[in-house]
Amino acid sequence: MSTASGAAFALKDHLAMLVVVTPLLGSGVVAMLPRGAASWVVTTAITFATMAFSILLLWEVQERGVISYAIGGWQPPIGIEYRVDILNAFVLAIVATMGAVTMPFALRSVPSDVNPASQPWFYAIYLLCLTGLLGMAVSGDAFNIFVFMEISSLATYVLIAMGRDKRALLAAYQYLIMGTIGATFYVLGVGLLYIVTGTLNLADIAGRIGDAYAVHPRPVMAALAFLIVGISLKLALFPLHVWLPNAYTFAPPFATVFLAATATKVAVYVLLRIYFGVFGAAIDVSALPIAEALLVLAIVAMFVASILAFYENRIERILAYSSVAQIGYIILGISLANENGLTGGIVHILNHAVSKALLFLAIGAVTYRLGHPYLEQLSGIGRKMPVTTAAFVLGGLSIIGVPGTAGFVSKWQLSMGAIDAEMPLLVFLIVASSIISVLYIGRIIEVAYFRPVSKDCERATDPGLTMLIPIALMAAATLYFGIDTALSADIARDAAKLILTGLKS
Amino acid sequence: MDAFQVIAAHYNYAVTIFLMVGGLYIVVARGNMIKKLIGLSLFQTSVYLLYLSAGKIVGGTPPILAPEYQVYSNPLPHVLILTAIVVGIATVALGLALTARIQEAYGTIEEDELYDTRGRQE
Repeated sequence: MSTASGAAFALKDHLAMLVVVTPLLGSGVVAMLPRGAASWVVTTAITFATMAFSILLLWEVQERGVISYAIGGWQPPIGIEYRVDILNAFVLAIVATMGAVTMPFALRSVPSDVNPASQPWFYAIYLLCLTGLLGMAVSGDAFNIFVFMEISSLATYVLIAMGRDKRALLAAYQYLIMGTIGATFYVLGVGLLYIVTGTLNLADIAGRIGDAYAVHPRPVMAALAFLIVGISLKLALFPLHVWLPNAYTFAPPFATVFLAATATKVAVYVLLRIYFGVFGAAIDVSALPIAEALLVLAIVAMFVASILAFYENRIERILAYSSVAQIGYIILGISLANENGLTGGIVHILNHAVSKALLFLAIGAVTYRLGHPYLEQLSGIGRKMPVTTAAFVLGGLSIIGVPGTAGFVSKWQLSMGAIDAEMPLLVFLIVASSIISVLYIGRIIEVAYFRPVSKDCERATDPGLTMLIPIALMAAATLYFGIDTALSADIARDAAKLILTGLKS
Repeated sequence: MDAFQVIAAHYNYAVTIFLMVGGLYIVVARGNMIKKLIGLSLFQTSVYLLYLSAGKIVGGTPPILAPEYQVYSNPLPHVLILTAIVVGIATVALGLALTARIQEAYGTIEEDELYDTRGRQE
């Protein structure tokens, strides 16, 4: 690195590693900072640097194709490989960007939940969580993914437990039990695969699993079952979602924004990678009943979770159940396993991340003013916090899937996928479940705009700029991805094509 | 080969399955938060045994390159499980820390009583 150009060249070669190492080392630095705003400043700088690396990585992958990074110079499959293609570059960019652009919100929100002495620790844990999620997405090694999964999960339990309500502790404990069972199922599946194939590198497993399946079909099927159930726990697929509503409700609002936007999405990516990238490459997965099972669970999630959302009386829980329903749409796209369906599922990773982050940011702003309110206490909030409530409505429209918002693009793609799969009934089900989301979002809008201002809301006002900027950014993104799909659906389509060309039929 | 012989020949896997199912049963059946964590720990231990069984060869030595050693055990599963043990310890430690905080906040760690008090609060 004697010259500037030499340094830039070296940086470009190590992007896959930098995306993980930057927040990991950063978390150690932040943990040692004194109390006060310093930890926020450093964390913001680190998250924006990580975002820059992830976006550069996405460009690199679009230019050059798959990037394989051998850690420590140990060539795969002996060493751990970080393997970035268009699919995980897309997921990395989403996670890192969400982690960065929500940071301004933390400046005011976090001090209202976390006492000053603990704030450097909070940000350190936040960066660890980001490290774990990015590591899960970047790694091409099955066991390495487990380690990152546990890093992000343990950090998530701590983030949730830092909520100001004491029920946050119960939510964190419940998630710890279920999350650990999920991760252990995952590692059991990886162990069985290792026993039959003798390798942990995902690409290498994919190359050998066909022969292993011919000799030992039962361990391979057991491994697939363990992996799918374990990952489904992590991504809160109905009925393995019970940890999610309490976790999102009682975590500090900033943590909820981040987790709702990223955590389950990375688990969806791991499901795609294992199911299509490893098993699909060697075995005809369409002959297995997994797609049908996922399809049924996805449809049940879309309906049952939406109905549960309608009957909740806390706004965070309404949105949490809505998240379970939206995960249903993503899984629906995966179970269709055709180009349009997969594009819809993958683009919904982005579109749901943006819309749900917008909704939870707006709720976070309300929580900042009013504490954790029940829905009834929010009557008339639309007149007292007009900007926040308008942003919330926009996010709600996107969840419903109104044309012009991001959510519409996903649902359109999913419907096209359903038609391609010759299941027109699915289009009806997608529309029907959207109507239920009209009901639960409409119920919030009714309370916010069409009722007299309640005593609780009388002194509420829109929050300061640090909170409004991320809200405005997410609102703009929700509209932008509803109109121009060059950065969302087009990349998702490339990823879907990549997945499908690797499939053995 | 009859069932007994199958189990005797795969004795280590039988223990793995026993630990796994037993641990999971404790997690589900017990309401005491510390007992649940013990069950979770047992459940994770089954994974350690699964990996180590695959890596160990009876009579095999550590992979030392010397003419007098011919049969080596695979070191990779052992290293993986060292990592998994660390993860398991971290999980149980965090779980116990949460349990201690729950005891401070609620005065109990029995799930029956907790969800009762929570039901009243909601």
